[in-house]
Amino acid sequence: MDATKIRRVLHRLTTEILERNRNLKNLVIVGLRTRGIYLGKRIAALIKELERVEIPVGVLDITLYRDDFSELETQHMVQKTEIPFPVAKKDVLLVDDVLFTGRTIRAAMDGLFDLGRPKTIQLLVLIDRGHRELPIRADYVGKVLPTSRKELVQVRLKEVDGTDEVLITEPTGK
Amino acid sequence: MSPEFSPQFRHYHLLGIEELDAAEIMTILDTAASMAEISEREIKKVPTLRGKTVVNLFFEPSTRTRSSFELAAKRLSADIVNFSLQASSVVKGESLKDTVRNLEAMATDALVVRHSCSGAPHYIASFCRSHVINAGDGSHEHPTQALLDAFTIRQFKKRFKGLKVAIVGDILHSRVARSNLYLLRKLGAEVVLCGPPSLVPSEFSFWGAKIEYKLEEALAGADVIMMLRIQRERQKANFFPSVREYRNLYCLTEARFKLAKKDAIIMHPGPINRGIEIDSGLADSVQSVILKQVANGIAVRMAVLYLLLGGKEREAAD
Repeated sequence: MDATKIRRVLHRLTTEILERNRNLKNLVIVGLRTRGIYLGKRIAALIKELERVEIPVGVLDITLYRDDFSELETQHMVQKTEIPFPVAKKDVLLVDDVLFTGRTIRAAMDGLFDLGRPKTIQLLVLIDRGHRELPIRADYVGKVLPTSRKELVQVRLKEVDGTDEVLITEPTGK
Repeated sequence: MSPEFSPQFRHYHLLGIEELDAAEIMTILDTAASMAEISEREIKKVPTLRGKTVVNLFFEPSTRTRSSFELAAKRLSADIVNFSLQASSVVKGESLKDTVRNLEAMATDALVVRHSCSGAPHYIASFCRSHVINAGDGSHEHPTQALLDAFTIRQFKKRFKGLKVAIVGDILHSRVARSNLYLLRKLGAEVVLCGPPSLVPSEFSFWGAKIEYKLEEALAGADVIMMLRIQRERQKANFFPSVREYRNLYCLTEARFKLAKKDAIIMHPGPINRGIEIDSGLADSVQSVILKQVANGIAVRMAVLYLLLGGKEREAAD
């Protein structure tokens, strides 16, 4: 997937969001660290372009909500959660780059509920690579990418990686 | 390895600042910065340390540090037991080792230790399976206090390199001064220790501190002023003629404060003796960050608990 494809996919997803959310004033976007933040911001920019509505974008770090806390060799670095608006009674759009086991999304929903009780939570992902371990599905999917469990799916975005692309790689070493 | 991992912190215990390097200190401060937001939420709690048991093992009185550790553990969902000297079997003659062994038999994960003997936490760490956190040992170290001081300094000054930090008071008996000296030197700040010659041993210059016996000299151009309490409970001899003389020479007054930089901040690890080491008005002034230190203490202790208790249980080897 290259830059043009990513741009078109985000356009399509934005249209789908607008179709489903009639009351845009109640919509807020929460991006998951790290790449979900930038996807969320791009979608907010597209909504502003199309509808002239400013959608607030927050950042959620799920490290403190992980379910494998006691099994990791080294701790994950905890980063900041920055959601400067109330989420209670809002329609929250969670945004992440890749949907895999579903465990990240479980953690994100737990984290979100600690901040308030949203009216609804919707999930947007750029890539759905399958292999779910929990009963979770996305409301908006950029592309379904069948993979083997061993493969790595890397989403690279201009804001962090200097380029827009999606790569499937074989794991190296080990 | 992805940058979200933190290989910079691999200690099993937190016994002192002396053992940490600059990168490890920054890892703790960065983690604390992320933890700070939790205390501002309506529901001040995350589930991270569910099922972990932390014991506050305090052989010396403390209100701030003990309750700060207690809140930090609770905000991370750990269970915490408070153990205080008066209510313990120590008064019935139980040895320190037996006390710790008995507590550990109740499947504890971390012991937060305060003791009047320097090195007590190190001794406990030598035979104990739990993670040991030094919450102040005698006149030796008080690492989490130095870390919260550093966190507060970074909040207001955004840097450490080139900062002039004056630490004033009873340096000889102060574990806060020692831990702060180690930490600030590791991060590149200039440290001036000041107080009566009997309470400021010249050996401290060995660790890179400047020694100054006149308060006015120490304050000149300072960015951070850290006032310490006169620890009368630790002074077995007379280190200065009278409290009045100490006050006259070493009390931070409005007039003396003007010698420091315009934007200097005033810190104090507490408890304050108003009117002895600091004028009451200054302690409550806008440039005083004393209460900010207390608030930051929780975030820093959450970070320490997270970094020590996170990850697979390793062998207690390091």
